[in-house]
Amino acid sequence: MLLLQCPHCLEARSEEEFDYAGEAHIQRPATDVSDAEWADYLYFRSNPQGRHCEMWVHTAGCRRYFNVVRDTVSYDVLAVYPIGERERESLVGKPPP
Amino acid sequence: MTGQPRRLPVGGRVDRTSPISFTFDGRTYQGLRGDTLASALLANGVYVVARSFKFGRPRGVVGSGAEEPNAIVQLGTGADALPNQRATQVELYDGLVGASSAAHGLRGLIDAARRVLPAGFYYKMLMAPPILWRFWEQVLRRGAGLGTVPQGADPDRYDKLNRHCDVMVVGAGAAGLAAALVAARSGARVVVADEQDAFGGSLLASALHIDNRPAAEWVVDAVSELRTFEDVVMLPRSTVVGLYDHNFLTVLERCADHGPSTSGAAARERLHRVRAKEVVLAAGAIERPLVFANNDLPGVMLASAVSCYVNRYGVAPGERLVLATTNDAGYRTALDWQRAGREVVAVADSRADPSGALPRAARDAGIRVLRSHGVVEAVGHAHVRAARVASLNTAGDALTSTARRINCDLIACSGGWNPAVHLSSQTGTRPVWSDEAVGFVAGQRRGLHCAGAVTGAATVAECLGQGAAAGASAARAAGFATDETEPLATDEAPLDAQQALFVIPHSRRTSRAPPQFVDLQLDVTAADIELAAREGYESVEHAKRYTALGFGTDQGKLGNVNGIAILASALGREIGEVGTTMFRPAYTPATFGAIAGRDVGDLFDPERHTPMHVWHEAQGAVWEDVGRWKRPRYYPKPGEDMDAAVARECIVARTGVAMMDASTLGKIDVQGPDAARFLDRIYAGGFLRLGVGRCRYGVMLKDDGMIFDDGVTVRLDDERYLVHTTTGNAEAVLAWLELWRQTEWPDLDVYLTSVTDHWATMAVVGPKAREVLGRVCSDIDLGADAFPFMACREGHVAGVRARVLRISFSGELSFEVNVAAGQAVAVWEALMAAGSADGITPYGTETMHVLRAEKGYIIVGQDTDGSMTPHDMGLDWAVRHGKRHGFVGERSLALADYQRADRLQLVGLRTVEPATVIPEGAQIVADVYRMRSGRVPMRGFVTSGYYSATLKRSIALAMLKGGRGRLGETVHCPLDNGNVLAAEVVDPVFYDPDGERQNA
Repeated sequence: MLLLQCPHCLEARSEEEFDYAGEAHIQRPATDVSDAEWADYLYFRSNPQGRHCEMWVHTAGCRRYFNVVRDTVSYDVLAVYPIGERERESLVGKPPP
Repeated sequence: MTGQPRRLPVGGRVDRTSPISFTFDGRTYQGLRGDTLASALLANGVYVVARSFKFGRPRGVVGSGAEEPNAIVQLGTGADALPNQRATQVELYDGLVGASSAAHGLRGLIDAARRVLPAGFYYKMLMAPPILWRFWEQVLRRGAGLGTVPQGADPDRYDKLNRHCDVMVVGAGAAGLAAALVAARSGARVVVADEQDAFGGSLLASALHIDNRPAAEWVVDAVSELRTFEDVVMLPRSTVVGLYDHNFLTVLERCADHGPSTSGAAARERLHRVRAKEVVLAAGAIERPLVFANNDLPGVMLASAVSCYVNRYGVAPGERLVLATTNDAGYRTALDWQRAGREVVAVADSRADPSGALPRAARDAGIRVLRSHGVVEAVGHAHVRAARVASLNTAGDALTSTARRINCDLIACSGGWNPAVHLSSQTGTRPVWSDEAVGFVAGQRRGLHCAGAVTGAATVAECLGQGAAAGASAARAAGFATDETEPLATDEAPLDAQQALFVIPHSRRTSRAPPQFVDLQLDVTAADIELAAREGYESVEHAKRYTALGFGTDQGKLGNVNGIAILASALGREIGEVGTTMFRPAYTPATFGAIAGRDVGDLFDPERHTPMHVWHEAQGAVWEDVGRWKRPRYYPKPGEDMDAAVARECIVARTGVAMMDASTLGKIDVQGPDAARFLDRIYAGGFLRLGVGRCRYGVMLKDDGMIFDDGVTVRLDDERYLVHTTTGNAEAVLAWLELWRQTEWPDLDVYLTSVTDHWATMAVVGPKAREVLGRVCSDIDLGADAFPFMACREGHVAGVRARVLRISFSGELSFEVNVAAGQAVAVWEALMAAGSADGITPYGTETMHVLRAEKGYIIVGQDTDGSMTPHDMGLDWAVRHGKRHGFVGERSLALADYQRADRLQLVGLRTVEPATVIPEGAQIVADVYRMRSGRVPMRGFVTSGYYSATLKRSIALAMLKGGRGRLGETVHCPLDNGNVLAAEVVDPVFYDPDGERQNA
């Protein structure tokens, strides 16, 4: 069971307080994109073996969403940072959109 | 000591002054305090304790701890029964009742059956005609030998508790105690757990000296020092059964299992949920048996187990010992046996030149040591009578002499040690093969500090040193400073190199030799594993599943590594290359009682009650579970079934006045300068121009354009809205709104608060609703013009501040009265009193469903399943395109697939037989005449089906391909009882299509 530090509550808490909310840094495209591009946004997510940027929400705490970089093999949490911050995305070797 | 023929006159940690009695398989025996069930049975000369899983062969005690594969017993009877216990870990108490789990084994299937039950038996049977499998399943299930479940509710009490610590020490043997001492002295909060009743691990059965004291004394001193620390928790009889991510551990403490049931007076077991900053894994190692022919005969035991019974329990399970070993450590057993006054007939050492200190000591003691020798076969029927011994080549893979027979009644074997890597591998860390340790050792992981035999350490001195180092590194990682510790000296002999040998070859090839067992619990032999390799199961994971190696309740603690070695040899690969399978929690079986704890009965899952719950209960409401809510489903009068009650409630709602508790609907208070803009983007409909005091129905889509939720939103003020959600979706909708607010539109100034529990809602419904409400509400003009449909007014109802909404989910004139939850019962009762002259009737969810279906109103989650667009459901009127910022899901509605004319669309169905209700879930087929062929295209399915008392006929809502273009057609619904119902496709609004009643 993961131990996550909410970047707003600043205390390590058990996974039971949180909900997973999908991959982070998915940019919602403008509505004039093609059907294929829109479907890519809707349905396709990366599934890396290793570092993964994802969103969690502190459901039983401050109810705020935040970003986590987690290693999908070791489950080590490599970074935790608020929504809106993007610089740490370089951790996964993916250029900011 | 009468009746305990195998008990030694002195020695061991048992109390000989007052024997206690116990029962096993119906016979009464005597044992001693300090015994385990296994040691007591051995003391009584009971060698056959089980029949094997597949072949019904007699089996005896092999080990002395968690690794025991054979002596699996059932304790107690009736509701107290505890199946699947290892006799080697069951502490004996006066009056204990035990039974062999495998007493109902396949006694009919004698050994000859071995050839018809080869490896992959289950797979091969599953591939055979299914009728055959039914036969085998009957036979196998009866013979599974895993005990019987308790009969009746468990009278015992189980607890769960949370613990937090800096350093969790798993195992309190030499390494664990050394680690705990260092960590505790640093000031860290330490938890020490050990599965045995006493701390000390293998030191409890050791003749060694540590720091010039007998090992047992050193243990006593270490434990007493640890007990002086306030922040150290010592948990004996506590098995760490699970090690999960980020150092979360589950520890099963057996508080009262070592005595008769207390029937709930004291906790029987406790599950500690421990979150540790750092973990010291000092779980030790389990001796590896050697694989040879008939090695499952009772009287073949692990060498360490023989030593343990002699030294710890004062039991000699035989007279004449032959020791088979590949290493120096095994010689300790020969010396222990001789010290106990028993005869060591021979030591068969596979190595060419055993010249270490222990082999020398054995020879000096006059013990016959056969070098380059192995035990190739055990001889006997129900018990060992002799060992066949032959000389081996240097590699140990071929015999260089014919076997000769040596009479004996006990064969102890030592094939090296398997580090107990189970916990470390539970989080996905693969164990690593070590040529030096000749075993898989724990892989590296952050926050895990391994010490002692689990790393392959062989001597107590090494274990003590590693323990102190691991305790220090764990404490430092948790932020504590540690002092240097002096290494502790022991008087143990150094150990020479062991030989990596797993199987003693037989003169006949494996498939023809007597069975060479690898996994004793599941009767997997070396021949089975070779067969699996020949049949192409090269991956260890596949071979495991094909042969069932390691599938028993012991998870292959004894057999796995030998099995992997045999597979590697058959494939011509290195053991490290083949790798090991993974271990899962629990390390040893855990009871459901401990896992459940107090979360049983009423506490199993919390229930949510509305403020009027007690009133409903008093009226005899029948409940429906909606999410966690208890909602009244209907209120039967004496003699009424559900259909009769619902018909009555429906008629009253349509002709008089009725009332429903709608408090469970989700309510979200949306406030802020941008509240309107926010809702306009979230909902498919337009919300910018909704006037203050007005209500609007809205559908919420996921970004894929599919309906997610629906409900009525009220504008309470310029910057304040109240959003209603469906009962089951309230939490999900709030999370969804927060997701968009926080991640996509952080620029919007808007705040969301759940107020579901703060307000109680009562819907006053029916043509007489205005009249009845008017009797208890004087400050709101309820007139049709002053208070029109879809409006909101504030005032007082029964003297209580109330918010009244003129909205309707029934299609009738309806007022939904919202008051503070704490005052709801008084208002509800006042309304009931006000309507009593008009026959006001409470109604439940079932009537609500019928009323809304008559009006063609959908229920999200019943009529939709996450694959329906507003267009599919005929809700285009609730969608507004061309808004400045669009809305969530709008782009998806333009996707090509969403335009198909043959998408499922909501329609109504009128059965040709008006009295027959179509069951929900019924399929709609295209061509009833082709059904006999078994293949007929589906056209759709029924989502709601009721009998409408108002319309005096059955009605249904259904999703039908291209449905709106098929009005007037007849469709067919085949049922599972063979009947086929015909129905006409109609508009989904069955009643009052122009809404005159709700607008009245």
